[in-house]
Amino acid sequence: MFRSKYLIVVVAMLVLLLGFQAVAQDDIIEIEYWQYNFGARVDAMNMLIEQFEAENPGIHVIHNSDIAYDNFRTELSTSVAGGVGPDVVTLFYGWIPSFVDAGYLVPLPEPFTEEYINENFVPMVSGSAAFEGEYYAVPTAVRSLALFYNIDLLEAAGFDGPPETLEEFKEMAVAATVYDGEPSLDNIVTEGYAIEMNGQAHHWFREALVRQFGGVPYNDDYTEVLWNSEAGCEAFAWLTDFETNLMTGTSEGIGGTADANTAFLAGLAALHIDGSFRLAAANSSEDLNFGIAELPANADGERETYGSYWTHGITRRAASDPARMEAATKFLEFITTADAGTLWVNEVGELPAQTAALENEELTSDPIFGPFITGLAYSHATFFIDESQQRQNLIDAFDLVRLSGVSPCDALQEAAAMEQDLLDEFWESRED
Amino acid sequence: MFNLTLARKKVIWAYIFLAIPIVFFAYFRIYPTIFAFQMSLYDWNPLAEEQEFVGTGNYEELFEDLGKERSATRKAFENTALYIIIGMPAQLLLALAIALMLNEIRFLSSFYRVLFFLPFVTSTIAIAWVFRILYERQGFINTMLEAFSLPTQPFLLSPNQALFSITAMVVWQGLGFAVIIFLAGLKQIPRIYYEAAEIDGATRWQSFWRITFPLLNPSIVYLVVLQSISFLRMFAPVYAMTVQGSGGPLNSTTTVVLRVVREAFDSNNYGYAATLTVVLFVIILVITVLQLRLTSRQID
Repeated sequence: MFRSKYLIVVVAMLVLLLGFQAVAQDDIIEIEYWQYNFGARVDAMNMLIEQFEAENPGIHVIHNSDIAYDNFRTELSTSVAGGVGPDVVTLFYGWIPSFVDAGYLVPLPEPFTEEYINENFVPMVSGSAAFEGEYYAVPTAVRSLALFYNIDLLEAAGFDGPPETLEEFKEMAVAATVYDGEPSLDNIVTEGYAIEMNGQAHHWFREALVRQFGGVPYNDDYTEVLWNSEAGCEAFAWLTDFETNLMTGTSEGIGGTADANTAFLAGLAALHIDGSFRLAAANSSEDLNFGIAELPANADGERETYGSYWTHGITRRAASDPARMEAATKFLEFITTADAGTLWVNEVGELPAQTAALENEELTSDPIFGPFITGLAYSHATFFIDESQQRQNLIDAFDLVRLSGVSPCDALQEAAAMEQDLLDEFWESRED
Repeated sequence: MFNLTLARKKVIWAYIFLAIPIVFFAYFRIYPTIFAFQMSLYDWNPLAEEQEFVGTGNYEELFEDLGKERSATRKAFENTALYIIIGMPAQLLLALAIALMLNEIRFLSSFYRVLFFLPFVTSTIAIAWVFRILYERQGFINTMLEAFSLPTQPFLLSPNQALFSITAMVVWQGLGFAVIIFLAGLKQIPRIYYEAAEIDGATRWQSFWRITFPLLNPSIVYLVVLQSISFLRMFAPVYAMTVQGSGGPLNSTTTVVLRVVREAFDSNNYGYAATLTVVLFVIILVITVLQLRLTSRQID
């Protein structure tokens, strides 16, 4: 008697549960969206999801952002082993080859054709999002590099504006450097410019300086390293000179700061090259009186910069079910429109990835955002196979120059050989 | 129910209680170890649904890398060997010297013991960062050198000095542990031996060399094995003391375990990383067995 009562309750509950699930399956399609945890991004995406669900009552988006930035990639891997995971995922564009290699991402369906992407997104997206002829991801927003300058320090050195050309950049860096005693790296009190190879300097070298000195970083299909050409050597010598001969700064940081970026934020460096993602930190440094300018041009007036972005792709999990795939595609389309890009720049402070959103007068004339946005027109996003290793190659080349006294060109050749091995290995494995 | 004696029941309960940690140990230690062996035979990409079997491919690649002059893998093995060769003897010699002195003093002896043991119970990462700051170009050590008109040193910035700078920190941190083990060993030696030696006219050096050293053998063996393994597994100090945990400059401080982390989690080469762990496992096994054989002869 007693037992059968419980049984009835349990059975009733089961029926109810199953019933609800059946209803849910009939009416609403649930898809999962995953990104790493960063307050402003999470809030912005929640707004987009709310708008999307209002427009598409048949689709419910579960937003998982409870993943720390550092663990994001590892957690995605673990989710595969656990048989769960996102239908739409946010990933760094440089991860695309590895994710495609694993069969994790599927080629984007209609409407994401080549024409659509070329027409709607800034050039660096169309230039880097394709992998082996297919598109796998599109972004809401992008970042680019520009010049951060300390207005007060430049003024103290006798300059009333940022450098326009590479020539001026060097001149100002030298003039703004202040030593306590003999000129040496040990005695720097104020840095003119410090190369931060483990920060953004390797991007500046690869995508901007090499081109401005007349070379290209890679061949068109990224099978061959070309940044060790004669132009590359010149560019690298020009860059490493700041630390080895001119001694305008050190990437180790000065005055108790850990690196060049912290030194700039602490008001100890006049010129600094960094991404739009550094704006928040610069804005919150109260005593820092800084300005933003486009990266310096070469003698011919040519400007180049590096851009990168977090982008969104559709996973094989979504592709396993046509209804989910359709919902995921709709969602992806929604979060990558110009409107979404505009919302993103207002909420997160990242630059919109859509050409339409960039035609906004208010944005382009903004003294802070403006130079970054102007830069998007001539920005390049390197197609990375293994970003951390490719970055390490240039860090090592720089260390060979400054710590082991190897000539810039020889150091660059060694780094290029390592990188070529990496590229060869990757493309060989793709052929199998 | 089964008519067991009290003693048997006790045994069964002991097994039941032991089963819990054993299950835990098997699932979180032994299973992943075996899994790593399996992984090393694949071109493992955790995002893929099916893994590509490559047989000994990863091992061949590893041995190829060992032959390349500038390969990070080769540097990692060389450095790990250097850490042991320099660090382990330095640590044991210093610890023995300190233990002998601590064994002599009576006044404030516990205070001194605590002082030497403190670094060992402090977080490695915290200590590593403090050392990193001390070693800076304009850091405390260089300021001191300057004050005494000595040439400043690059320490962690130099490919030639970085490994030694890190070893110094690890030796200092682990000292306390070795000192305690030696002290315990010293307390085990009956005073009567020394008294007998004294009556026979032995010098202090003779009694150290003929009595203390041989009778400390178990402690020495224990420490040699344990410290060698800890140097073989070195990771945290290098991770914390080099720029962005790179094991630089120019891979001059990188270790095998650091390469495992870099290969797996930065470069997504899980198979290759697993291969490195398997090779490291074999090396640790061989070294441990050899050391136990060679250094644990019985003293009569």
